[in-house]
Formats: sequence, structure tokens, C-alpha cells
Amino acid sequence: MYDTIIIGAGMSGLAAGIRLAHFDQRVCILERHYTIGGLNSFYRMGGRDYDVGLHAMTNFARQGDKRGPLAKLIRQLRFRWEDFKLAEQIGSSIRFPGVSLDFGNDIELLEAEIAEHFPHCVDGFQKLSASLLDYDDLDGNNPNFNRSSREILKELIPDPLLCEMLLCPLMWYGNARENDMDFGQFCIMFRACYLEGFGRPFKGVRMILKNLVRKFRGLGGELKLRSGVSRIHVDGDRAVGIVLDDGTELEAKRILSSAGTVETMRMCDDITTPLVAKAGQLSFIESISILDRQPQDFGFNRTIVFYNDSEQFHWRRPEQGLCDARTGVICSPNNYQYDADEGMLPDGIIRITTLADYDRWTALDETKYRAEKVAQYELSVESSVRFMPDFRRYIIDTDVFTPKTIRRFTWHDNGAVYGAPDKQLDGTTHLKNVYLCGTDQGFVGIVGAIVSGISMANRHCLVES
Amino acid sequence: MSPAEIREEIIDILGDIAPDENLDDLVDEKNFREQLELDSMDFLDIVMELRKRHRVQIPEEDYGNLASMHTTVTYLEPKMREIVKA
Repeated sequence: MYDTIIIGAGMSGLAAGIRLAHFDQRVCILERHYTIGGLNSFYRMGGRDYDVGLHAMTNFARQGDKRGPLAKLIRQLRFRWEDFKLAEQIGSSIRFPGVSLDFGNDIELLEAEIAEHFPHCVDGFQKLSASLLDYDDLDGNNPNFNRSSREILKELIPDPLLCEMLLCPLMWYGNARENDMDFGQFCIMFRACYLEGFGRPFKGVRMILKNLVRKFRGLGGELKLRSGVSRIHVDGDRAVGIVLDDGTELEAKRILSSAGTVETMRMCDDITTPLVAKAGQLSFIESISILDRQPQDFGFNRTIVFYNDSEQFHWRRPEQGLCDARTGVICSPNNYQYDADEGMLPDGIIRITTLADYDRWTALDETKYRAEKVAQYELSVESSVRFMPDFRRYIIDTDVFTPKTIRRFTWHDNGAVYGAPDKQLDGTTHLKNVYLCGTDQGFVGIVGAIVSGISMANRHCLVES
Repeated sequence: MSPAEIREEIIDILGDIAPDENLDDLVDEKNFREQLELDSMDFLDIVMELRKRHRVQIPEEDYGNLASMHTTVTYLEPKMREIVKA
């Protein structure tokens, strides 16, 4: 009998596992895939290492900064700053037609850009920054958490274009809700992106994942790959057992699941119809283009570019077609300030992310699917090069993944990357000993997911009730 | 453990929980939160580390006793009297 079984070996599951194993619980992490990482995994192809989800880690902090989620998670997991070794971004941009706003890891740059391009909004932006909910108020109990961000922005910032531009990166990084954003989530992402900023370990997400797994195993935690959970046996209001895909039965005092709310409910044998409509709706295609030169060699020095090709930013599942390339994220992992002794990444890389419809992608037969991967890739690149130098003649290799790929490797409904729009902030379920962590609990992205795993482990699995 | 040994153990735990904090100038009578960058997660960790290292149980309603070094040592003294320092 385990003290806790954790479903999912992504960032939140691994972080939760470390907390529990550190305090001597008998913990087992069960992962269906043959590797770790979930939405933030890594793979190798054609002799190259690729990251699945990582453009950047948000919430960047410098060594010695004691505040903020990154410092918090390093302490809670008993790591050192060196174990994450984040290189700072060079700088990013928000690019709409005719206007571009640069931003970096200090708010001063964005403030200066706003003063230059939207001088009548300087006061409003200050008021907005001052009105952000504090980290302590982000557990969902604050009455302003669920307010409409668009409404609040409209009250404070006189220029609607600036509102759209400020929302664009924050929704992309990430908002699970279509069209509008809960003010609580807005505040989380505003701090994550504009106040704290972006960083990346030179070796990418694999370094973080390997550190997490090494620590977890070193503390005596068990990690079972190729061990998907098929059912959770329920007796009354408690889970009494778990059945794996291969029929193996396991027992635990409690279960912490990062599989998603709907996905977890589906496993419970006391639930016949989980509310699938509540699952997240937003998924993407992402392309990775390998280049024969560094992006700075052709004049591209932005770490991330968030683009939108009109004054109105549309954040929803594509209404028609496979993708919606009106907006997108361009990322160059090369454009970070890596240490001199690390050098440069071996290849030039451009990653492009585009909104995509899960149902239409999964309806394609194999031949059409392969053809559309190429076609949609070309359309997304064509859209992107309006906002960056054209890099097409430098491409030597590409890879594309779709909502279907995301679903296949994470088992999240709809290939959802940011989870459901209505978060289960307290991490509880209808069962007394089953809890949730990960994107459906509340925080997204690498730092978000790790904080989620830590918080839910602390709150539900460590404290004796 | 004697009060002095308990204090040493708390310093050791704080060093584990918050390795980047300077503990040399800690004033025992002042609240931890006034001198160190500690939040509720860190306080929970003090409780958990005491349980892990010494099997000391601290119920949730007693967490307020851990506000300062002085109150912490006073609170733990009867609970840790019988424990032999490793």
C-alpha cells in the first residue's frame, strides 16, 4: 500500500513526488507514456534533441532573488539555483501591424516602449501594475479573481490597441479560456511574463526533467513508465484501488492526479458520464525549423515574438479550418544569453506555434494528416515572416506536431495545452482521497505546473487532517 | 534535548529550508517573518522537518507557536525533552 499514488510524470507530478518522498512517504508515480515530461517533454529525432513545449520558462529570477515562484520552488524542492541554470532572454516583442512593443526581464523596457508608442496610456499602465493581485491572493478566494480582464483593462487603459497587445502574450502563455481571461490568471501571467520574465536552461527542458527524476528516485520514490491508469475503484466517497492498463492492481491511501479533471473523473468507476464539455478547448500545432545558421546571422535577435495581424486579437479555437494563423508565437531558443562556457546551440532554431482545432485534425486520415502537416506548416511560416526576417532559405530540417500528437502523448482531452477554463483551484474532487494538480488545478507552464504539484502535495498529502 | 540543542536543530532546519538566508544575526525574540523571507509554505516545512527528523507531532492549531525562535523553543521543549540529539 502506497501512501500516495501520483498519476502523471509531468512537471506537476514529479514536483509533488519530490515533496512527498522527501518527507518519507511511500510514493509511486504512474506514467502511461514511455517517457517523462507530459506537456513539457523532450525527444530525439534525426540526431537532434527537441523540446516539446518549451519556448521559455516564465517567472525568471536571478540567483539571490528570494521572492517569486521560481525561488519558492527551488527552496521547496531543496534544489540550488545552479540546478536550473537559467539563461536570460535577450528580449521579446509584441508585434501588431504598424506597432511593436519590446519587453524583457525588467518592466522598465515595456514601460519605456509604452511611453513612446502609447504616451496617453502611461498612467493607465501604472494603475494596472499597481492593481495586480498579489501571489497570496491568487488562491481563487479573492472576489476579483474571476473578473473579466478585458473589462478591467478597458477601465484603465484608454487605447484598445494597447489592451489587445498586452493581452496577446499573456493569453498565449497561457489562457485556457477563449476570448477573455480571468483577472486572477491575468495577474499570474502579467507577473510571470512582464515583471519576472523569461529564461531557458542551455540544455532545454530535459535538464529540468532529469534533475526532477534524479531527485525523486534518490529520495526513494518509485516511477513506473508504460503504466497508464485505467480505472480508479471507488467505495462510497473514497478511492480504494487503482487498475493499470495491463490489469495490475495497486493500492494507496490517496491519489494525486495530473491527468486532468475530466480525464481523472473518467477513470473513477462511480462516474458514468464525466462532463466532457468542461475540458479545455485550446490546442496548437507547433513547428520546429532547424536552420543552417544562427538567427542573429540574418538579423533576428528576438527570443519570443507574439504576433497578431490585425488590431483585434482573437483567442479561440479556430472557427473553421485546421488552424488560425492570424496570430502566433515565434520562438528562437538561440536568442538567450547563454554562458560563454556553454556557447551557442549547435543549430539555429525557429519554433512557431499556431492555434489549431483538435477535432478537425483528428478526423483526417493518415495521408491527409501528413499532407496537412506540411501545408499548415507552410501557412504558419508564411504568416510569421511578415513579423520577422524570412528564414525559409536557411531551413535544413523540420518537425511538426499537432493536437493529435499532444493528445497521443499526454492523454489530455482535445490535446488541450492549458487545461480547462474553470480551474479546480483547491485541487479537490468528489472523492475524499483523490486530488488534482497540473493545468486543470490552476497554474500552467513549467513553473506553474511545478508550483501546482508542490502546493497540492503540501495541502492535501502532507498535512494530516 | 536541551533548549540550546533544540535551537541548534531549528537553525539546522532553517538552513535546509531557506539556504540563502543569513541565520547568524537571528534575534530570538523577534518574529522569523520580520527577519527572514519565510512564507506559510516554509513554516509548514519547519513542522514537516520536525516530524521527519524527530517524530514530533505539531497539530495545526499550534502552528502559531512557531512565530519566533524563542516561542518555538519554548513550545518544543516539553515535546523534545526525551529526544537524544543525534
